[in-house]
Amino acid sequence: MIYGVILAGGIGSRMAKEKPKQYLNIGGKPIILHTIEKFRLCSEFEKTIILCPEDWIEYTKELVHKYIKKTEDIVIIKGGSTRNETIQNAIDFIENEGNLNNDTIIVTHDAVRPFVTYRIIQDNIKAAEGYGACDTVIPATDTIVESQDNQVVSAIPDRSKLYQGQTPQSFNALKLRELYRSLSEEEKDILTDAAKIFVIKGEPVYLIKGETSNMKITYPYDITVAESLLKEKKDA
Amino acid sequence: MLNTIYRLIEPRKIEVEFNELDLSKDNVIVRPTHLSICNADQRYYQGKRDPEALAKKLPMALIHEGIGTVVYDGKGQFKEGQTVVMIPNTPVEKDSVIAENYLRSSKFRASGFDGFMQDNVAMDRDRLVELPEEIDKNVAAFIEIISVSHHAINRFESLSHGRKEHIAVWGDGNLAFITALQLRYKYPDAKLYVMGLVREKLSEFTFTDETYHIREIPEDIVIDHAFECVGGEGSPKAINQIIDYIKPEATISILGVSENPVPINTRMILEKGLRVFGSSRSGRKDFQDTVDMLTQHPEMVEHLKNIVGDVVLVKSIEDMHTAFEKDISKAYGKTIMLWNV
Repeated sequence: MIYGVILAGGIGSRMAKEKPKQYLNIGGKPIILHTIEKFRLCSEFEKTIILCPEDWIEYTKELVHKYIKKTEDIVIIKGGSTRNETIQNAIDFIENEGNLNNDTIIVTHDAVRPFVTYRIIQDNIKAAEGYGACDTVIPATDTIVESQDNQVVSAIPDRSKLYQGQTPQSFNALKLRELYRSLSEEEKDILTDAAKIFVIKGEPVYLIKGETSNMKITYPYDITVAESLLKEKKDA
Repeated sequence: MLNTIYRLIEPRKIEVEFNELDLSKDNVIVRPTHLSICNADQRYYQGKRDPEALAKKLPMALIHEGIGTVVYDGKGQFKEGQTVVMIPNTPVEKDSVIAENYLRSSKFRASGFDGFMQDNVAMDRDRLVELPEEIDKNVAAFIEIISVSHHAINRFESLSHGRKEHIAVWGDGNLAFITALQLRYKYPDAKLYVMGLVREKLSEFTFTDETYHIREIPEDIVIDHAFECVGGEGSPKAINQIIDYIKPEATISILGVSENPVPINTRMILEKGLRVFGSSRSGRKDFQDTVDMLTQHPEMVEHLKNIVGDVVLVKSIEDMHTAFEKDISKAYGKTIMLWNV
């Protein structure tokens, strides 16, 4: 079985607004709704699990009921303290439903990436089924500079081998759980995302071609960019 | 829902834009799967339309021939996963005399409003025809052009006199092939001729009685009615040749599109009392009839597979350009995009 997992756990402290950024509007509708709708149109998903801050669960439920007609395949539950704990909550939910087995796939996605395309989601599903783990990326365009001490450049890696990570990241759920549980606390501390769990353990993570338009809405500026992408044809 | 649209911004330049699809509306959301490139798309893509038309119509998503899969229908009329043919003509009024495809108010996909090069397409529910699974999807991708030809043949039936013993098609391209094939099934006892320029293409018309190079048409040939499927710069020569060869009181059906006005021998049209009529596009009934026809005659689908040209997997804008460029350089056949963006 395949589950969509939308991560809306973090509260966006970087936005100059009160609401977490996934609840801000673009195109007259909350960002998270755009993302949920995109997932709902993929018939492969048994359910789409939305993980959000506890204080926002009721609000998210109200939004979903307001904007979406059929809601029986949408689940809204509490996220965890970190990104990976949040994903573990989703796997717990799947386990409680009795659907966690060797074939269970999760497609995890940032709620604040509403421009994800059908093709990216489909490629994720196929790669996770075939290889166990995949990460959506685009080639790095800026030169990435490394600094060990935050003062001077310690290295400038070869850009042709660098990619910018996007989401979805998709996994065999059981394998992800086993690998996560085998990590030491020190290893858990350096995790930035779920794909890194596989990398730390020497497991392959396949690359899926993302899109530059699959942007993450992080800063107020991004809202402006997102709105400008929503161009209606003048006589459509 | 945010929807990705791949719009032609200027000739040979496609960019990603987005719109909002309102899932609470009465529309049915269709995910395109097989899209077929038409010469009309190529005229936009290559910038062969006049500058005013390009300025007025672009940016616009191309493609008006295609099928897809229903991904959402709030009313539940269409099941998710149902394969459907998408009808590009979109009428906004009804008329008791004028067909939907001739109403000047009708909108047409990829000609004034966005075509099917989108992640998902919001379709009015009466603009969808269910496609039986047994029909080959690469052929089904160009059901639109088959329905246009079907529509023209139906008009011919009602506009022409009853003697239909010798019918000729001018042209050796896709439209000529499709029209000749349907004439074969509609009038199985008629002598069916195809007049073309390229012998290799003519050899594909195996179901006709005779094919002739346009410079080798016998002087004494009898033609009761003719279909012009040439278009473009070949239009004047083809139409005038038809006028020369055809019997009096015949019907000439014009299907080829020309960008420029075409000088034709009106004196001989008058002298022979010819009926010259045009046909363009098609409506819902033509689509449904075409799907029914292909279902009843699977051997027609087998013939039509012969004009499936390049089938291009499209996962990126680069792939879209590849498909259009391959279509430009093709000798024959319809270029199909397996839509996987």
